[in-house]
Parts: sequence; C-alpha cells; structure tokens
Amino acid sequence: MTAVLICLFAPGISAQNQGLYPALQRPPADAAEIERGQALYGINCRACHGVDLRGGDLGGPNLLRSQLVLGDFAGEAIWPIIRDGQSSPGGGNMPSQPLSENDAQAIVTYIHSVLSTASRQGGPPMGAEIELDILVGDPSAGQRYFNTNCGSCHSATGDLSGIATRIPHAKELQNTWVRGETRGSTRPPVTVTVTTPSGEHIEGRLERLNDFLLVLTTTDGQHRSFTRRRGVPRFEVDDPLARHTELLPLYADRDIHNVTAYLSTLK
Amino acid sequence: MTLTTQSLRFVLSLVVTLVVPVAIIGQSEDGLDPVTLLQPLQNSWPTYSGDYTGRRYSALEQVTTENVQRLTLAWTRQMNTGMPSLNGPGSPTFIGGEGTGDFTIGGQRIKGSILQVGDLLYVTAPDHVWALDARDGGVRWHYFWKTRGGPHIGNRGAAIWRNSLFFETVDNYLVSLDVQTGEENWHVEIASFEEQYFSTMAPIVVGNHLLVGTGNDLDAPGFLQSFDPETGALQWRFYTVPMEPGDPGLDTWPDLDAARHGGGQVWVPGVYDPDTNYYIFGTGNPTPGYTGIARPGDNLFTCTLIAVDVDTGEMAWYFQTSPHDTHDWDSAQTPILIDGIVNGEPRKLVSTAARNGYFFTVDRVTGSHITTSRYGATSNWASHIRDTGEPNPNPDKEAIIPGALVSPVEGGVANWQPPAFNPDTGLFYTQENNGFNLLYLTDPDPRGSMGLGGKDRVTVGSGGNALSAIDYRTGRTVWRHAWPRGGGGGAGVLTTAGGLVFTGDGSGNFVAFDATNGTLLWNTRIGNISNAPETYLLDGRQHVLVAAGTQLFAFVMY
Repeated sequence: MTAVLICLFAPGISAQNQGLYPALQRPPADAAEIERGQALYGINCRACHGVDLRGGDLGGPNLLRSQLVLGDFAGEAIWPIIRDGQSSPGGGNMPSQPLSENDAQAIVTYIHSVLSTASRQGGPPMGAEIELDILVGDPSAGQRYFNTNCGSCHSATGDLSGIATRIPHAKELQNTWVRGETRGSTRPPVTVTVTTPSGEHIEGRLERLNDFLLVLTTTDGQHRSFTRRRGVPRFEVDDPLARHTELLPLYADRDIHNVTAYLSTLK
Repeated sequence: MTLTTQSLRFVLSLVVTLVVPVAIIGQSEDGLDPVTLLQPLQNSWPTYSGDYTGRRYSALEQVTTENVQRLTLAWTRQMNTGMPSLNGPGSPTFIGGEGTGDFTIGGQRIKGSILQVGDLLYVTAPDHVWALDARDGGVRWHYFWKTRGGPHIGNRGAAIWRNSLFFETVDNYLVSLDVQTGEENWHVEIASFEEQYFSTMAPIVVGNHLLVGTGNDLDAPGFLQSFDPETGALQWRFYTVPMEPGDPGLDTWPDLDAARHGGGQVWVPGVYDPDTNYYIFGTGNPTPGYTGIARPGDNLFTCTLIAVDVDTGEMAWYFQTSPHDTHDWDSAQTPILIDGIVNGEPRKLVSTAARNGYFFTVDRVTGSHITTSRYGATSNWASHIRDTGEPNPNPDKEAIIPGALVSPVEGGVANWQPPAFNPDTGLFYTQENNGFNLLYLTDPDPRGSMGLGGKDRVTVGSGGNALSAIDYRTGRTVWRHAWPRGGGGGAGVLTTAGGLVFTGDGSGNFVAFDATNGTLLWNTRIGNISNAPETYLLDGRQHVLVAAGTQLFAFVMY
C-alpha cells in the first residue's frame, strides 16, 4: 500500500502552476518524515479520511479541500484536533487520537506533502490515469448512422480503412472523427474563390476572413488580399469539414457513441 | 462626514426632481463624491460600468451613425506589465505588497474597466495600477504590487471614493492608494490565500460602502464583502452558500459540509438600484465544478442573481439562473438595470445574459420572474424551462465516461465581458459564443472530484459566434451579427445615444454597429480588443477608449 501511495503522490508539480499556490511554496519536507507520517496516517486516519485524503467510508471529510488544513502552516491548526477531537457542524464527530505530538507532526508533514502535489484550479493530486472504457455504443447502429450521414465523403474500405489501427485509443478516435481531423495528416485546407468586380476568378487557400478583409494564397503561391466593402468582392468558401460542423447541433450522444463503436471495428 | 446610503438616496431624489447643474467630477478638494456615481453615464467614467445601471449606455452623442467613419486616433500607449525599475527616470513608481518580489508573471493584458475622472485615466492589470494623463496617455504614476502568487487571470479595474483609489490583488488584498499621487494609504487582506482564493473583481463604491468580491476554484464558499472606504474595516460579509445549520438554501445541498465547499464565487461587479438600496450581482458555479454527484440538488445560491441590501448585506431576493450547474458556467456576468414596459405596465427590471446561454429578465424589486430565453444558438444542456423560469439541467449532458457533446464550451456563451443595453432601441447587446465540447468523466469516484477536476474536455468545433441584440421583454434576438469564421469573443460592449454599439470582432478589429439594426459602420485594425470600450468627454470632445492586449487606444471626434 505504501509503495502505491508513493507512486500516486510522487512530487510532480507542473511548470504551469509551480509556486503559484501557497501549498506549492512550502520548502520540501524530509522524505523519511513524510514516509513515517504516511504510515501513521494509514493506521490512524485512513479509515475515516480515505487512502487519498479525499474522505473515507466512515464519513471523515476530504482533507485536501479542508479550509482548516489549507490554512495550517505547521500543525498549529491540525494538532489540536488530532489531540482533542472535534465536532463540526454538519459533519461527523472526530474522536481524539492517542498519538504523541511528534507522531501527529509527522502526519501533518505527510498531509502537506500531498497538498503540494494538487493540480491546477483545485483539482486533486494527479494519480495514475484510470482506464475507462468509453466504448458503450452499438456498432451496427453506428454503421447505419455512418452510411446515412458520412458515406458521401467517407468509406470504411477507403479512407477510413484501418482507422482503428491507426488510432487505437477509442477516446482519441472519437475526438478525431467528431472534429473531422485525421491524426497524422494536416487539416484539409479551406479554399476560396473570389470573383472580382471585373469578373476575374481568383482561387486559393483561405488565410483570413473577417467582415473587412479576405486573404488567400493562390495555387501558385501568390499572396492576395481584398478589402471587403458592401458585398464586394463576391466569394465562395469551400470548407471540406463544413459537414462536420453542421452535424454538431444534430447529433444525439448515442449517435456519437454508436459511430465510435463502429469505427473501432475498422482495424 | 460619512455619507449614508439614506442621505445618498435623498440627494439622488434632489438630483432627479430639481434641475441642478451637472457636477464637474474630480475637481473638488474632497475628490470624487460618491453621489456623482448616481448620475447616468455621460461625461466621465467614474465606476466599473460607467454608472450604477450596468447599461454601458453613454448619453454622449457627438459620435453618431452618420459620422463614426471620421473617428480619429488621439493617442496610443503601450503599458509595461513587467517588474518596474525604481531607479529609472520618469514618473513616480510605488511598490507595495507582501510577496518577495520574485514572481515575474508574464502575459498579462488589460481586461477590465478603465476609470476616467477629470484629467486622469486609471488603468489596471494584475499587480499594476497606472494613472495616465487622459490627453496623451502619459504615465503620471505607477503602483506595483509584489504578489504572493495565485492565478493571474485578469483584473477588472479600480474604484474611486473621494481621494482614494481601490483595487484588489490576485493574492487577496484590497489596496487603497492616493488617487493623485499613487502613494499607498493602506491594504487589508480580504480572503485567505492559503485556501486558494484569488481576486480579480473591480470594487464598487456605494455611498460609504466598498463592495468587494473574490474568487476560488477549490471548493470554498463564495462571499461578497463590504469595507469602509476610509479605514478598510469590514462592514459586513454575505456568504453565497449556506454556512450554518438552518441557513436558507441548505435543503438544496446533500449536507452542510457540501454547501460549505459549494463555491458560488463573486467574480464580477454587479449593479446598484438606489430606489431599493439593492446591490444586484451574479454568483459563480457550484463546486466541485464538474462532478455533481457530490452535491445533488439545485445548490443555492450558486449561479444565482442575488439582491442584497447595501447597508446590511442581507439578501432581499434571488433568482437562480443555472440550477445545479455541472459545467463551470458562472452566472457572474454583470446584470443590467432596465426601466421598461412589460404588457403595458412600467416595470423596474434587471436582465442578465448568463454564461450558460440563457437570457433572463426579472423584477428588480421582488425578484419575480418575467422572461427566460435561450440566446446561445446551440446551447444543448437544458431539458426544459421550469414553470418558475429556471432552465432545468439535463443529467445526460454532465461529464460522462463515453463523452457528452455539450454546447457551449467551458468559457460559456458569454463570460466576464460586459454586455450593454440601449434604452433608445430597447436592445440588450452581448457576445454569443457557440462552441462544442466532448465532455468526459475521468474520475468516476462516487465521492466526486474536487475543484475543476475529474473531467476531460475536448473542443470539437463551433456553431459560430455572433454579437446579439436581444429584446429585454421577450428575450428574442432582434438582430444578430455572425462573425465570419471563428471571430468573436474577447471584447465587451459599449452603446451610445449616438445610436452606436462598439465592440471587438475577435479578428483584430475594433468595430462600430448601428445599434438599431446591426449594420457594420466602422472598423479599425488595432488588434484583438481585450476589454469593453468606454467613452467620455474631454475638452468638449467625445473620446472612445479601448484596450487591445497591453496597448491602449483613445479615439476622438474632431
């Protein structure tokens, strides 16, 4: 158990939040003291407060979001509660613990060491990723949906042949097909055809478009930009992924799950 | 003399009933008299929304739909948000703060209101306040705060009471500065840094009250506080979630421990109604943010429009705009006071366009519901509108293991960027963002997660963004300008008696619309707008001020 915990809570402060939060600004504690505190926590605290400090079966509160724990610097708030117990409004009653101050201090050190590994915006410490099966859909229903809605652009034996081998992770497969992008290849370019007032057609890759400006790169690599004013110039945009965007408001979640289940059979 | 809100209301009634000359703001020895904040927005911009209504409607009409094409750049100024040098030449710099000065937090932008009083502008970014000359943007003084840390996501601006200027620091101090010199008067701690509170709000002055909100993403209770602007002493604290047995709203939580960790933060300034003495504001999301399994129930008073009496901090009424939110969609957006006509009856109303994609109008005296509508074109998370007006969350659109397709994305249909209301058109203007997420539950623990943890969200596309003009009575969108290809977002809105709506297009343009019909009239390519445009009168000419990242642009009509 100890080994598992050490693995879960090994220091791993991300560059993004390093030092921004007070729990991350503490000087690192002595590793042996943390380990001793962890063992004592396992014996004396775990049943109520949980193996991960987020609350346990016996109803103890989550220590990682406890205002009292967060505000504690070196046991001055936690130790009296370990020593004397506490009844909290709306919470259960914590009995006093038969621990020496020295042992309680080791537990405090351990708790703070876990807090220092919390993730951004109040998330819990990053444990090992839990593998969850997202494949809950019906592949044959997914195939029917695919044939009706996707078959004009895509084919299970053509462009999507072996898609589940190329993208074996089901969640990534789902994200990829809903977005309409294919891993390993760039997004198919959005093209535009501009018709100038003189009737000239200029075609190319759309670079920028807002209410005042249209910028494109022509097929022979020329940079062209046009001021947009009162509907001039006229232009037509061709976005190969437009159908994916149009489908977003139309999907039922079960359609998405079914199609993912179907695509995951295309090994 | 300390001005009470009672006497303040009396003075207001004088202002309304007698013809009195408009006070010249900022010119007296006593500084900015809080009574002047009761005047409708016109010549200056002395508080977060310009005035107390939140309308961001200026009575100035030099700039019109006819001449906006001739708006000219008066000056521009690049602000340096790095650590200042004390020994350099130029304007005075003051350094305060409880931190070590070791933090250099880069990438900060101007994402709040800029106050304009007399000859000076007051600009903020996290840890910074500048006073600038309103005529050329030259720095008169600069105050820098050495932070203890915390997420530096933005600062929404300052407040002025008499000769003092106030701002909140990320690490939870309320700082009072001398408005003329920039020297610090005092600072007081307003929330616990250890409990991971962090502060972004612009304080709001009402009479002798300084209203202060703060934020947190780690399962901590939200609260609004009132401080004495002279001394920094706490006057009252209003918790937005039940904190004690028997508190109202407790029956919408599984237990008191959940309520006390329930969030409902006060991120964004509200509005003030002098007739009722109510400060009306919106609260943030419940926590844990995404794992509602830990907190079955409506979770009052999170994601709620709340009216509190400014003198006592007691709640007068509430209307919940997002029961049991599970998507981090704060309802903290600044609401707008509207004196309108509903079914032939004159009504005192308040409207809000919430982050969840729904628009609401309620009676601002009683809180009784008038209108609910969906203004986010693709918002898909509600099963129906309850008989009482609240959109009802569809549990299928919470984070689930195989992924739920949810619109809007985490940032919402609207966010902190202020909307505007124009009484001449009767339209409420707001940005409308319609992204889609696949939202996965990654922590199936029956205890729920913490903070904003326990989920994975993947943006998969957008139904397009727009600027929308909404009829406050029906909630129907009257006109809507769809931004081409992923534009939109980022900027707040200003509207004027000149018949204009100013905002940013999210594609590098500052733009002006005809407020009546949404015709685009003007643009200038100054970069993506990062706050809400403002307007004021200087040397008899109407100016329009806006920030794009760290750069300010002041335009003028000659």
